[in-house]
Amino acid sequence: MGKKKLMKGNEALAEAMIRAGCDAYFGYPITPQSEVIEYLSREATNRTGMVVLQAESEVAAINMIYGSAACGRRVMTTSSSPGISLMQEGLSYIAAAELPCLVANINRGGPGLGTIQPSQGDYFQATKGGGHGDYHLIVLAPSSVQEMVDYTLLGFELSEKYRCPTMLLADGAIGQMMEKVELYDQMPRKTEFPDWATTGKPKNSDRRIITSLFIQPEKMEQINLGLQRKYREIEKNEVRFQTINTDDAEYIFTGFGLGARICTKAMESGRAKGYKIGVIRPQTLYPFPVDIYSELSKKVKGILDVEMNAGQMVDDVRLAVKGNTRVEFYGRMGGIIPTPDEILENFEKIFLK
Amino acid sequence: MTQEAIFSGFGGQGVLTMGMLLGYAGIIEDKEVTWMPSYGPEMRGGTANCITIISDTYISSPIISTFDTVMALNQPSVDKFEEKVKKGGNIIYDSTNILTVPTRKDINIYAVPGSETAVRLKNSKVLNMIMLGSFLKVNPIVKIETIWKALEQVLPERYHNLIPLNQEAFNTGMELIAK
Repeated sequence: MGKKKLMKGNEALAEAMIRAGCDAYFGYPITPQSEVIEYLSREATNRTGMVVLQAESEVAAINMIYGSAACGRRVMTTSSSPGISLMQEGLSYIAAAELPCLVANINRGGPGLGTIQPSQGDYFQATKGGGHGDYHLIVLAPSSVQEMVDYTLLGFELSEKYRCPTMLLADGAIGQMMEKVELYDQMPRKTEFPDWATTGKPKNSDRRIITSLFIQPEKMEQINLGLQRKYREIEKNEVRFQTINTDDAEYIFTGFGLGARICTKAMESGRAKGYKIGVIRPQTLYPFPVDIYSELSKKVKGILDVEMNAGQMVDDVRLAVKGNTRVEFYGRMGGIIPTPDEILENFEKIFLK
Repeated sequence: MTQEAIFSGFGGQGVLTMGMLLGYAGIIEDKEVTWMPSYGPEMRGGTANCITIISDTYISSPIISTFDTVMALNQPSVDKFEEKVKKGGNIIYDSTNILTVPTRKDINIYAVPGSETAVRLKNSKVLNMIMLGSFLKVNPIVKIETIWKALEQVLPERYHNLIPLNQEAFNTGMELIAK
C-alpha cells in the first residue's frame, strides 16, 4: 500500500485499472467519466504496455472487449448511461459466452440523452440483465473514491473467478468528487492464460471455440441451466453489504452508492434528535443482500429506501422484506441529489406523523 | 474538528481551485477530505461551486444540506447560500462584487473587498487566494505552511515562480479579516 493521495473518482478508477495489471481498455468518451480515458491515455501504455484505445463508438468498444476477453486478457471499459445502453447487446453476448470483463457505468440522469448530472436510474438495467436473454452481471456499487479503487480489483477477480461480466455501478458524483485514497501496488500483467482462451490451437488438444450461438434448443437450454447454476453459486458466495447502527434500530435507511452515504448523514442527524435509525448499504447489487433485509425486517418498524431515481432498488428490498415491515421510498430524479435534511424531513413526514 | 464549507462564484474565479487547495492541505495533515464540485455547464461561465469537507474523523456524506462556512464570490451565491449557513456559522463574501449583502443576525458575516484588492496587487487572478486567506483566518482548519506545501504540489513546476505572488495575496486576505 502506498501513501494516501487526494484523487478524483474517475482518475482513481483509471489508476486502479493500471495497477490491477489490466491488459486493455477500449472506450469512448462521455461526460461524466471522460477523465478515465484521458488519464489512461496519459499514463497507462508507458507504464505497463497496456492497450488504451478510443473506439469509434460504444458498440465497437464492447465488441473489442468481447474479443480480447476471449483471448483470456484482463480487460475493462467504462462509460455513462447512454453509452452503456449501446453496449447491452455486447454484454449479453459476453455473458452467454461466459467471458470475464469489467465495465464501469458512471451513471448520469436519463432517460434519453438526459443530463450529465449524477443519477442512479440505471439500477434496473445493471441488475436485471440489461440486454436480451436470461443473464446477470455481477454488480458492485462503490460509494467512495476508495471503493472505486478497491472494487476495480475485486471486480476483475470476481469476473475471472466466475467467468461473468462484472459492472461497477457508480454515479457522476463519485466519478467527479475527490477523496483520500490508498492505492495498491502495481501488479504484473498476466503471462499465462486460462485453458479456454482462444490464443491459437494447442498442438495436443482440440480447437477452442467461444460463441454465444447454439441453434439446437436442447443445447441452448443446457447453456442456460449452466448459467443459472453459476448465478446461484454467486448468490451463495458473493453477497456483500455494510450495516451501521442496526443493533438497536427501530427504523432502517437504505440506499446504495452515494445515496447510502447521504442516508448515513441523515441517520446521524436523526440519531441526534433521538430517533433510533440504522443503515443497510448493499455493496453488491447483484447478488442482492436479501438475508440482511429479511432478518432486520422482523425487528424494525419501517424501512426508508432512498435512491437517485424513481424507486428501483426498493423493489428488491420489498421482495426481501416479504411484507414483514413497512417499506417506503424517497428519491430525486434527473440529476438532482437529495440532501440529508430532505431525507430526514421525509422520514419524519412518512413514519412519525 | 470538522469544517463543512462551500466555495461558490462564477466559473473562472477559481472557486474550485480554492476548495481543492484546502483539500490537498487537509491530506498533507492526514485529515479526511471530500471535495465535491459542480461539473456541469456552469464550469464554462455560470455559477460554479464545490463543497469541501475537512475533518479529523470519517466523513459520512460529501453532500450536505447546511454549511459551517459559505464563501461567496458573486451575487447569486450570496442569494442562494446565505440561508444554508448553520446558526453561528460564517459567510465570507467579496464585497467588491456584491450589492445585496447578507443580513442574517445569527451568523458571522465577513465582507472582504477581494476583487478590489486583487486589482491593487495588479493581478485579478489572485482573487481566490485572497479569499482563501480570509477563509483560513476565520477557520484555521489547516496550518498556513501546509497551504504553501499544497501550492507546490498543485502548481506545475513552470508556475512555481508565481508562488510568492500567491502567498502575498493569501496574507493580504488574512489581514483583511483582522481589520
